[in-house]
Amino acid sequence: MMENSFISPAKRSVDEIIARFQGVKGGLLPALHGIDAEYRAIPEQALVKLAQAFDIPVSQVYGAATFYAKFAVGKRGRNIIRFCESAPCHIAGAAELIAAMEKHLGVKIGETTGDGKFTLELTQCVGACHSAPVFTINEQPYFDVTADMIPDILARF
Amino acid sequence: MVFAKEQRLVLKNYGKIDPASLEEYLAAGGYAALKKALAMNPDQIIGEVKRSGLRGRGGASFPTGLKWSFTAPLQAVQKYIVCNADEGEPGTYKDRLIMEHDPHLLVEAMTIAGYAVGATKGYIYIRGEYPQSQASLARAIENARAAGLMGENILDSGFDFDLEIRSGGFAFVCGEETAIIESIEGKRGEPRVRPPYPGVSGLWGQPTVVNNVETLANIPGILNRGGEWFARIGAAKYPGTKILTLSGDVANKAFVEAPTDTTLAEVINDFGGGVAGGKFQAVQVGGNSGGILPEALLNIPIDFDSLLAAGGSLGTGSVFVMNDTRDLAEAVKTMMRFFAHESCGKCTPCREGCRRLADFMVKLCAGNATAKDYQTAAGLAQVMNQTALCGLGQAAPTPFQTAMRFFGDRLETRLAK
Repeated sequence: MMENSFISPAKRSVDEIIARFQGVKGGLLPALHGIDAEYRAIPEQALVKLAQAFDIPVSQVYGAATFYAKFAVGKRGRNIIRFCESAPCHIAGAAELIAAMEKHLGVKIGETTGDGKFTLELTQCVGACHSAPVFTINEQPYFDVTADMIPDILARF
Repeated sequence: MVFAKEQRLVLKNYGKIDPASLEEYLAAGGYAALKKALAMNPDQIIGEVKRSGLRGRGGASFPTGLKWSFTAPLQAVQKYIVCNADEGEPGTYKDRLIMEHDPHLLVEAMTIAGYAVGATKGYIYIRGEYPQSQASLARAIENARAAGLMGENILDSGFDFDLEIRSGGFAFVCGEETAIIESIEGKRGEPRVRPPYPGVSGLWGQPTVVNNVETLANIPGILNRGGEWFARIGAAKYPGTKILTLSGDVANKAFVEAPTDTTLAEVINDFGGGVAGGKFQAVQVGGNSGGILPEALLNIPIDFDSLLAAGGSLGTGSVFVMNDTRDLAEAVKTMMRFFAHESCGKCTPCREGCRRLADFMVKLCAGNATAKDYQTAAGLAQVMNQTALCGLGQAAPTPFQTAMRFFGDRLETRLAK
């Protein structure tokens, strides 16, 4: 299985990740993806390191990091669960599935579980409309999910 | 469900080869088009693409041969091919099918495109929500390199070409061609003022051809079988096949590759197995920015021009069906909230307009909107069509505008008494 350095988490420090992309044209975004894949968030200290490495203002790094809904500056849980809220999933019953997940985890959309294991978010269409409603965990989609399948799926993490 | 009219041209290898295997792609006739192309003049290749009548499959429908012809003659330090694989339109997954199940088709197509316009470097910008597609393409590129089909002096032709994958960050606006370019440059994915167009000044200011995945996926077939062959398929002015992805209240929520003179009724009933859970109410074709169309328009062929003339748009080829149990106003509200979330914020008409239209739909669904609010929203929608910086803002009002046009009673009945 090929490692795609943009998406598969390797055990790397922020410095190592930045060094990998420093010489790449437009490398700020791949660097942010690398940090996100490893840490599930962009630590604030990383913003300054990125600014230094790419020789741009911190504000520009912050602007890029906060533009993309995939990233979160600060801290998130170790696993990001995202529910699609676009129209095809919406009419297929996304609201009920979200409610079931919120009940199971004891947190609401936008929150992280107390043990730091899961963060719940909403996302837009992930292109799996044949199996609506859909949620993803760390960008991997789960198809044809019903509420009773949730405990088993989450137990794998 | 067998649909007699289906023609798997782009999807000819779907389910028939192991997408991870270059050998199987080659055995199925893969890279023959590239070999043929490398023995042709770039002008001849562009001529063939023009002859085919191929038009963009990402939604804008611009003639592909014409687009390539703007960039090919330019003198430049470096030219680029960018594949727009940011497939973000709700209801759409056609490009994901190609990337996951036949990645070499895209690799081969981009190499041909590079040769035709004089670009030695290409980027595939794949949305962040598609990790499988990213892995699939990464593997295909590496295999192609190992086999001498990518890199320096491909197949002893003297042509160098290499591909790099870039990941999107969950921003719908990055499906816009200049926003993709800004994103590859490592910045916020905000569209640029055009002109200049990317074909003249794009990635790092260099001439750049941006094409959708499905558009590119048609190229090897056209090279192999000729532009005239392609031009004879489907509708005269928008020939070929289109991959359609069905969702919503339809029995068969699946995908089909149909010639462009197929009608919506045939797609929904003959392929889709008809409406599920109730009677037909509406169909939104083209994604979230597509028009919401009534039953009376179902006999329209799916080609771009026919749908446009009817007040809709083919867009990405998403076909989202709603039965009569669905609250149409609520559906439109969901769609407008999508745009409010996805507006990049750069231009005022879209930044403010998407938010106000979403707010209006919330108000309408709650029974608090007045007739004046409704008029204001309608006027605002027109302003957005005409003044937004990019296609997102220009098309965002479409679900609302078509709901007003074709289902006005369903909206007006929700106004405050």
